[in-house]
Amino acid sequence: MSTHEVVVTGLGATTPLGGDVASTWEAMLAGRSGVGVLTQEWAEQLPARIAAELAVEPSEVMDRVRLRRLDRSEAIALIAANEAWADAGLVDGGSDPERLAVSLGSGIGGLQTLLHQDDILEASGPRRVSPHTVPMLMPNGPAAHVGITLNAQAGVHAMASACATGAEAVAWGLDMIRAGRADIVVAGGTEAVIHPLPLAGFATMRAMSTRNDEPQRASRPWDKGRDGFVLGEGAGVMVLERADHAAARGARVYARLAGAGMTSDAFDIVQPHPDGVGAAKAIAKALADADIAAVDVAHVNAHATSTPIGDMIEIKALRRTLGSHPVLTATKSMTGHLLGAAGALESIATILAIRDSIVPPTINLDDPDDGLDLDVAAHTARRLDIPAALNNSFGFGGHNVALLFTRA
Amino acid sequence: MTREEITAGLAAILDEVAGVSKDDVAEDKSFTEDLDVDSLSMVEVVVAAEEKFSVKIPDDEVQNLKTVGDAVSFIEKAL
Repeated sequence: MSTHEVVVTGLGATTPLGGDVASTWEAMLAGRSGVGVLTQEWAEQLPARIAAELAVEPSEVMDRVRLRRLDRSEAIALIAANEAWADAGLVDGGSDPERLAVSLGSGIGGLQTLLHQDDILEASGPRRVSPHTVPMLMPNGPAAHVGITLNAQAGVHAMASACATGAEAVAWGLDMIRAGRADIVVAGGTEAVIHPLPLAGFATMRAMSTRNDEPQRASRPWDKGRDGFVLGEGAGVMVLERADHAAARGARVYARLAGAGMTSDAFDIVQPHPDGVGAAKAIAKALADADIAAVDVAHVNAHATSTPIGDMIEIKALRRTLGSHPVLTATKSMTGHLLGAAGALESIATILAIRDSIVPPTINLDDPDDGLDLDVAAHTARRLDIPAALNNSFGFGGHNVALLFTRA
Repeated sequence: MTREEITAGLAAILDEVAGVSKDDVAEDKSFTEDLDVDSLSMVEVVVAAEEKFSVKIPDDEVQNLKTVGDAVSFIEKAL
């Protein structure tokens, strides 16, 4: 293993809580929910008519003609990446294009484009299908657009590991810098699939909350009344940088990305392993990779999606690997589940928790599950000195990714 | 429909599809060189024009439509 240290020097996001990192973080610390009722006509027949839609529409911040040629998942990836790039102080130079890479994925991809163009095909025939269809729906589209915009020539990679995508993209960025293939990697995830088809599909597999009358109380990780996740949309992007590269240009450093652990359950295409074996191994690998003792991990931003089974399996894995001291939170209680962007957004929350010495709350945890024997920052944010923190992400397919961040 | 009306209709399409300012659209302007309409956007312009003017613009005709005036003439004849 190389000795290159990797730090985070820029953050960007557009989420159900805000159009940028600052507003998202402020809303998170205040315990605000980004979930609302879907008022579109197509939502009427759905069992789950709630979702966490973007707080700021891309059209408010992006040129109309540019937006015509981008899937929603591509547009928001660009918005978040541009914010992270500016935040890292790289707009006026400081990066060598041949040493700059992108690692950014989506859980589902350009689904809204695919379905919209299929409607056009059915209604009006093949000549009416947009010539921009393929680059808008291809799963590497968001990463490629970010790469073109930032002039990244050291490789553009698009992870796809369902709800672990964002975290896996960050882990891949860490590997790239450690391996010496890049000095800077723009890493993250994006997702924009609030559309009747995935909402129907998730609902028929009984994965979604149907608490339609109380949207802001629907995402309730670890609570006894939880009945599934709430679909969210958004993008989270961070600038990863070799520590000495960041130091040489005098960059502000948020945190160190100290290690990552990745495993695969090899068990079931949607169910997590009932004992959380793969999840626990990913956490243990992250600890070993970072060379950090479990006792130093003060905080965990858990995957905790608000599903009846998954939430408690993660608790088992955490107790087994870290013990009972870390303060947990599940920010999905506020943002909903951003699928392929979740791991990136929650990594950003983890990094900011370290920086500000505060754990954002888990809202709606009114009646904790009997098996919840770990400390959760329920209802309100909690002050905490955090030398190291963990972010977990798990995805359909049995993907487990654990990321360990430490104070810079 | 007059040539001016067809030009105005094309200008609206060019604004919608490619963000071309209506003030820049004139019969002597080349789609690719003057108005910066790339080949994919040209496909969109053609399809939108077919819809707007209820005409058919065959694919092998599109390459002959170099300027706004070429397109206006074709549409005028096809109407």
